[in-house]
Amino acid sequence: MKINPPFIDVRCRPVRRGGLLALLAACLAGTGMASAAPRMVELTLSHHEFTPDHVTVPAGTRFSIRVTNHDSTPDEFESPALRVERIVMPRQTITVHAGPLTPGTYKFYDDYHPETAHGIVEAK
Amino acid sequence: MLASFIIVFREVLEAGLIVGIVLAATEGIAHRARYLWGGIAAGVGGACLVAACIGLLSSALSGNGQDVFNAGILCFAVLMLGLHTVWMARHGREMAREMRDMGGAVVSGDTTLLAMAAVVAIAILREGSEVVLFLYGIATAEALTAGAIISGAVLGIAAGAAVSYALYRGLLAIPVGRLFTVTGWLISLLAAGMAGQAAALLANDNFIPAFGYQLWDTSWLLSNGSLMGRALEAMVGYSARPMGVQLLAYLLTLGTLVFLSRRFGRPHPISQQESSHA
Repeated sequence: MKINPPFIDVRCRPVRRGGLLALLAACLAGTGMASAAPRMVELTLSHHEFTPDHVTVPAGTRFSIRVTNHDSTPDEFESPALRVERIVMPRQTITVHAGPLTPGTYKFYDDYHPETAHGIVEAK
Repeated sequence: MLASFIIVFREVLEAGLIVGIVLAATEGIAHRARYLWGGIAAGVGGACLVAACIGLLSSALSGNGQDVFNAGILCFAVLMLGLHTVWMARHGREMAREMRDMGGAVVSGDTTLLAMAAVVAIAILREGSEVVLFLYGIATAEALTAGAIISGAVLGIAAGAAVSYALYRGLLAIPVGRLFTVTGWLISLLAAGMAGQAAALLANDNFIPAFGYQLWDTSWLLSNGSLMGRALEAMVGYSARPMGVQLLAYLLTLGTLVFLSRRFGRPHPISQQESSHA
């Protein structure tokens, strides 16, 4: 399977400049082999609000978000920007994976209670 | 009421666009109503079943059960759409001729109808389980506003179904000679989008390599969170930030289906005998 130049995002260039080793590491991260110390963001939902509702993650790395629902009704943790969509049943904890992100802010929300349950992931 | 209307409408719309395409693509195949209604019923039943088992599903496969399940049913739907593509390549011309000459085709195609019923069921199951959980949450929470929320949901289902029907009727406005060419492309794009989504789900959970997590970013132009973005995602697999493996799966599926429809689309004397019993 040949990867043509258009397959490599312009934002990956720093990685490529970083050398073959960094590229290899990025590839391994893709296959899950380099997931020894994944970054984890912890979020809780109670009274249909996220705590915290603003988290910072380093740009350019994979990370995980663990969401625990303390409410008595189901929630749907969703973010088109982070490319995640996952049902969280009452008193259940789920983990989703996201990134690498370019610097900026990314919204997430509970699709069932979007007015109150929303927050931002900031990539720096 | 508005909030529940929006949520339900959005989910029903995503499934409804797929159903609309399937309806147009199966136009004129004998006994299709029975199969497609069966597919809708199976989808609604399946949605309730998935909603009931979602807790179990979520904790399966070290927390990746939901994604793997969705990827699995998407891949199955892609296979079914491939089956339909081969069938239509063999019979499409003949069907178009019958529809033009007799005002309706009587070609029987139970296999392809079963495949398309499965696609309808999967589309409804995926989006429907989210609706079921949303409504379940309301039912167990505030009883005071339940009436307004349920009426919002009913309106959402009706509006979503109306868009689905409008898409179907709109596609039927295409001249009969070209209808199956257009639906053939729509089916191929639908399948490609589903294959891409399945690949992205698996890559996001590190089951397969991503080959680049973000090839480009067009969310400034059209976000996957917007209604139009969702509609295009459901119909043609639009992604504002596609993964490498997602694009690869998309192009491979599209290429395969185009190849299949060319390969089986050549005039073929046997195919006419196969379908002449009606």
